[in-house]
Amino acid sequence: MHEMGIVSSVLDAVHRVAEKNPGRRPSKVGLRIGEWAGVDLESLRFCFDALAPSEGFRDLDLEIDYRYRQNRCQRCGLEFRVKDYEIQCPSCLSDNTIPAGGEELDIAWVELQE
Amino acid sequence: MERLEIRQKVLNENDRVAAALRQRFAEQGTAVFNFISSPGSGKTMLLERTLERLPLGMNVAVLTGDIQTDNDARRLARAGYPVQQITTAGACHLDARMIERALANWPGEEFDLLLIENVGNLVCPTSYDLGEQAKIAVLSVTEGEDKPLKYPSAFFKSSAMILNKTDLLPWVPFDCKAARANARAIHPEIEIFETSCTSQQGLAEWCEWLVAKVDARCVAA
Repeated sequence: MHEMGIVSSVLDAVHRVAEKNPGRRPSKVGLRIGEWAGVDLESLRFCFDALAPSEGFRDLDLEIDYRYRQNRCQRCGLEFRVKDYEIQCPSCLSDNTIPAGGEELDIAWVELQE
Repeated sequence: MERLEIRQKVLNENDRVAAALRQRFAEQGTAVFNFISSPGSGKTMLLERTLERLPLGMNVAVLTGDIQTDNDARRLARAGYPVQQITTAGACHLDARMIERALANWPGEEFDLLLIENVGNLVCPTSYDLGEQAKIAVLSVTEGEDKPLKYPSAFFKSSAMILNKTDLLPWVPFDCKAARANARAIHPEIEIFETSCTSQQGLAEWCEWLVAKVDARCVAA
């Protein structure tokens, strides 16, 4: 539901990159989005396609690097994907594991064309 | 073609404002709680009952967010504390700027406790830091006990979960034990309270926890 606001923040950031790099045109923006970021990807793409042209970006592509929920085992150090909320370490079976990713909502990179 | 690494949070502007608010609240010794839940879980009544039970002399203020109407602010104002309604006019969450603007309407005021009732929504409010000390997730027994699994972020980011409307348990098929287990699967350290604003069950325990948090904050500041 807040995907429009997210897209708007992303486009603001791309505008700032463009201002700092005169003569070059942003062609693609990469986002890193975690499974628990609370973002609906389809809705995000829809909002991006709707908003980007009106913000002056006619040919800007969107690439999403989707990150699954990860936990790190405090005993053996293994990082593993958390499926079905099972936080037990699949290697040493310890329950002492802590979140280590999957909440990202980051602008990772912007590609610039000459 | 060149790829520039940005590595910036999408909501970094909100995070920046929230960090400034958090700093200000720390300096002023204000404990701030951000209540999130689905619409209709009983947040407003829970806050009404909470306000009634807070110690006299505690300097409390309330911000309540809704998409439209100031009905909640009117209800909450009956307790006699300063209340402001934030109507988001369509937005599904409160953001840090809205809190900043609302506080500007209380110039020079410093509070011991600020209670923020977010817009009823378990998704978007979890992404927007308001500078709070803790989020509190409210789940009512007329909802599903699997809500923590369906909306993990809300429960993962909340320090406490309040299972509300427990007076209805005899008439609804809600499994409190399963709800607790689900919340702990997402967030093992989450505090859990069971409350009914009708029978008053559990309110004393919840308010005791809240007041202890306020006292700890005032000493720290």
